[in-house]
Amino acid sequence: MSGNLIASTARKARKLTEEEVHEIEHEMELYPDKKAVGLEALKIVQKHQGWVSDESMQAISKFLEIPVSDLESVATFFNLVYRQPVGENVILFCNSVSCWVMGCESIKSHINEKLGIDFGQTSEDGKFTFLPVPCLGDCDKAPVMMVGDDLHRNLTHDKIDELILTYRKSKQVE
Amino acid sequence: MAKVVIDGVEYEVNPDNNLLQECLSNGLDLPYFCWHPCMGSVGACRQCAVKQYRDSEDTNGNIVMACMTPAADGAIISINDDQAKDMRERVIESLMISHPHDCPVCEEGGECHLQDMTLMSGHNYRRYDKKKVTHRNQYLGPFINHEMNRCITCYRCVRYYDDYAGGTDLAAQASHHHTYFGRYEEGVLESEFSGNLVEVCPTGVFTDKAFSEHYSRKWDLQTAPSICAGCGTGCNITPGERYGTLRRVVNRYNSEINGYFICDRGRFGFDYVNSPERIRLSPEISDDVEKKLEQFKTDDAIGIGSPRASNESNFALRELVGEDRFFSGLSDSDHEAVQLTLALGQDAAFRSPSVKEIELADAVIIIGEDVTNTSPRVALALRQSVRNYAMDLAKQSQIPAWQDAAVRELAQHDRSPLAILTPYTTRLDDIASEIVLGPPSQLIEVAGAVAKAISENAPTISSGDDRVAQIAKYLAEAKRPLIVSGCSAGRIDFIKVAANLARALSEQRQEVIDLCLTAPEANTLGMSMLTNEENTLGAALDKIRRGEARKVIVLENDLYRRAPHPDVTDALEKADSLLVLDQLPTKTTEKATLLLPATSFSEHEATYVNYEGRAQVSFQVHQNNSGALPSWRWLSKDRKENISSLTERLVKCSCSFEGIKTLRPEIHVAVSGMQIPRQSHRYSGRTAMRANLNVHEPKQPVDEESVLSFSMEGIPPGKDATILGAPWSPSWNSNQSISKFQEEVNGDLKQGNTGQLLLDRDKSDTYLEIKLDVPKADGGLEVALVHQIFGSGELSAKSKALQKRMVDPYIGLSKADAESLGLSQGDSVSIDGNGNVAAVVVRTKMKVGTAALYCGENDIDHHALGETVHLQKVASSHHRGLGNLIVSDLYEEGY
Repeated sequence: MSGNLIASTARKARKLTEEEVHEIEHEMELYPDKKAVGLEALKIVQKHQGWVSDESMQAISKFLEIPVSDLESVATFFNLVYRQPVGENVILFCNSVSCWVMGCESIKSHINEKLGIDFGQTSEDGKFTFLPVPCLGDCDKAPVMMVGDDLHRNLTHDKIDELILTYRKSKQVE
Repeated sequence: MAKVVIDGVEYEVNPDNNLLQECLSNGLDLPYFCWHPCMGSVGACRQCAVKQYRDSEDTNGNIVMACMTPAADGAIISINDDQAKDMRERVIESLMISHPHDCPVCEEGGECHLQDMTLMSGHNYRRYDKKKVTHRNQYLGPFINHEMNRCITCYRCVRYYDDYAGGTDLAAQASHHHTYFGRYEEGVLESEFSGNLVEVCPTGVFTDKAFSEHYSRKWDLQTAPSICAGCGTGCNITPGERYGTLRRVVNRYNSEINGYFICDRGRFGFDYVNSPERIRLSPEISDDVEKKLEQFKTDDAIGIGSPRASNESNFALRELVGEDRFFSGLSDSDHEAVQLTLALGQDAAFRSPSVKEIELADAVIIIGEDVTNTSPRVALALRQSVRNYAMDLAKQSQIPAWQDAAVRELAQHDRSPLAILTPYTTRLDDIASEIVLGPPSQLIEVAGAVAKAISENAPTISSGDDRVAQIAKYLAEAKRPLIVSGCSAGRIDFIKVAANLARALSEQRQEVIDLCLTAPEANTLGMSMLTNEENTLGAALDKIRRGEARKVIVLENDLYRRAPHPDVTDALEKADSLLVLDQLPTKTTEKATLLLPATSFSEHEATYVNYEGRAQVSFQVHQNNSGALPSWRWLSKDRKENISSLTERLVKCSCSFEGIKTLRPEIHVAVSGMQIPRQSHRYSGRTAMRANLNVHEPKQPVDEESVLSFSMEGIPPGKDATILGAPWSPSWNSNQSISKFQEEVNGDLKQGNTGQLLLDRDKSDTYLEIKLDVPKADGGLEVALVHQIFGSGELSAKSKALQKRMVDPYIGLSKADAESLGLSQGDSVSIDGNGNVAAVVVRTKMKVGTAALYCGENDIDHHALGETVHLQKVASSHHRGLGNLIVSDLYEEGY
């Protein structure tokens, strides 16, 4: 029978991968109730998928038996849970006081120019997403930024050129 | 009692409350947003800042949030302190930064808590000249508008919708200046109590969508205190009228029943009053209607009453035809069940708890009644009852009950026990500790076994269910156990077993036990109190068929909803003359030889008796302009009859109605004996309303019976809440002004009449016999009737807003049964091959052998069906479809 005769409250969810399920189940052991695992589950899915799609949201909601709106509350509260696709490498660029004093604005313009993207955008080749962050806690090495899990300090235009080349080549620098 | 000093004046306060609540209870004006009397404090909005001093020596003091500070003995505070005032002004200035200046086009305008508080705080100039944050709004279904730009992030909506009402599809999203309150994606707000968002939101984020279509300002609405006709709970409401049509319904505070909240059937299900299909007095008969009526006022007429008509109308009919010839307007099974309910209502072993008392229960068992769909407000109260465990924990930990976030954090997901015995999953399952699913016969067994486990004297019933002992244990050990059942399932045994269980508890505990038996319609109990036990509808139909009653009067009732259709047709066709009084056309009105239009709930003054046996008066809000009269007026011998004399005769005839004498206030209570205006003192445009027809302003209609007048002149009720339609108090234009009419916040209304309990508890009885007859194994499925909040109420189902949420008749089946019958999701089936067609809904948690049958708007003649039914697949036919069906256990794969 046609699906539109009966609209259900549950929607199509994607199937969580075995790895995701395994990691989420591990987290579940560490908390007294499933609802508490919401944030960890979002992080796990993001780690594997790069971002958290609507289908992933539904999947986690079903798996943890928590309303998808509650999960969305958590997902949207944290800026670093990506509810839109991001590039292979997410650049978290500090534009807070210390980095600003140390000239981060010129570094930012350089990245803008090199990648053709501003804050909140993803480069056309899908390699980079450029996001501002308030502080990375490394002010004595300002200006700083993170790409993926790596912290890069004392940034200069040359260093940016070099980093872009490196990250273009591989998904993740080991 | 504790004493606190507020701005140099000593006040007596309740130390268990917070300072904000106590300031309001003492009549002081202190602005607030996030706090709500039913939801406690979270300190989110920072609006109720006051100065608190350590002692009388302290001249500096420090700023505290009144809602987060206990009203401890000896506290010294100041509301008027300059710094506190400045803080409140700055807070509201920041809350208002992104608030649009759209009051003239905002539907909250004129009854907006934000407007009131802004004015009260003194913020009157917007210094912020940057861009405001704007949001995208969502489609939230046919009931509620969404305008997020107006939001001041007080969090009241999610605290009400999620925490209080148990909704799961509204949440706070994102953070800081772009916090958003909405659904995960656009769609209907699923909670049956979503309409309260309109009143909970302090500004215009959530507004009444049905009202939008014919909007009017609060002060332009003519209002009167009224009672909801949606079910048998008897919630108090305020309907508002303008230009001759009913525009909206809002909650009216009653400390015993609905408090601050009503359900969506009550709020959005009134529109049938405005229906163009309303029965009118046809011009052909209007001249000799008296003569035509006369022929029914003879000895050989019989009358059939109505559970949705008032006591007055039922009594007038009974008086006309005589007690012996006045018959029940309920189906035979409902009649039997309600008569039993009345008998149990007089039993000294039980108490029929009010909605407020239901909230006090700390262990509950619901037997076979889907309260969310039949008596929704009761379901909302049960949601509060399961929090009593949290309240106990808080008490032990010395956390005040109003510290909402702390209490919730402390208890996490632990709740007081609630057992639900049901044939299908219900909307309360998420808070249940035990859910016993099975066909009705099995549920009766389980409940019977629980009773036996509690008291040896209970009839011997055993059940293999391993949860029996557990349920018995917590009911026996609870401080205040509660048993809930009702007649909606069409099984009197549910009520019998509920009564036995309550009796067992009463014996074991030696105390009065709360037994809540819901009633399906506004005056089910009132009509039944006027009906002799043997005067069933079946007996009436027999009498007509046998030719013993040639003249039949049917009062506001569609008999086709009450008995097998062929029986009704047969009987009605045999009658010589049939007088039907009703509001809207039905199958019964089609058969009438004389059809007279009756006024609807908002068009007359009348009394109704709710499920507890509580009689309440509902005042007339507006006039009917199409010739309809209250049924009692059509039926009374003297057309000049007045409601007071009718009431007197009713009390004389049936002493159980003694209590209703005091319900209707008398004119001498009003100032200078002047009638109290139904219109506000700001009511506008009276002289212009009819100017398109005639520039001469007509005389205002005169109300000769009521203490209320159809006018803006006179003195509105300053204190007396019995006659308070729309609360208003200087500086308080929103519904929050109700605190000015309460003895204390969330307490009794000043002089307010909460109704009169009519049933005396002076009888004692014993256990009821229960026949445990498991339906014959004839390969059929055992029927369990399903009700829908939107659709099962006869009149509310005619309302446009509700129709947008209604579904086709359906039959819920287990996956195994569906498979063995070769049926899949959405197929149409014929039930017992007699023309009843329903859509198949496969549900994962249905037990094999059960069929959950929803009859739509009486589309299925369920009275003609036996306890079991056989299904046959037929060609698909759909009208509304099932898109609005909200069930948690829908089988989803493979379609």
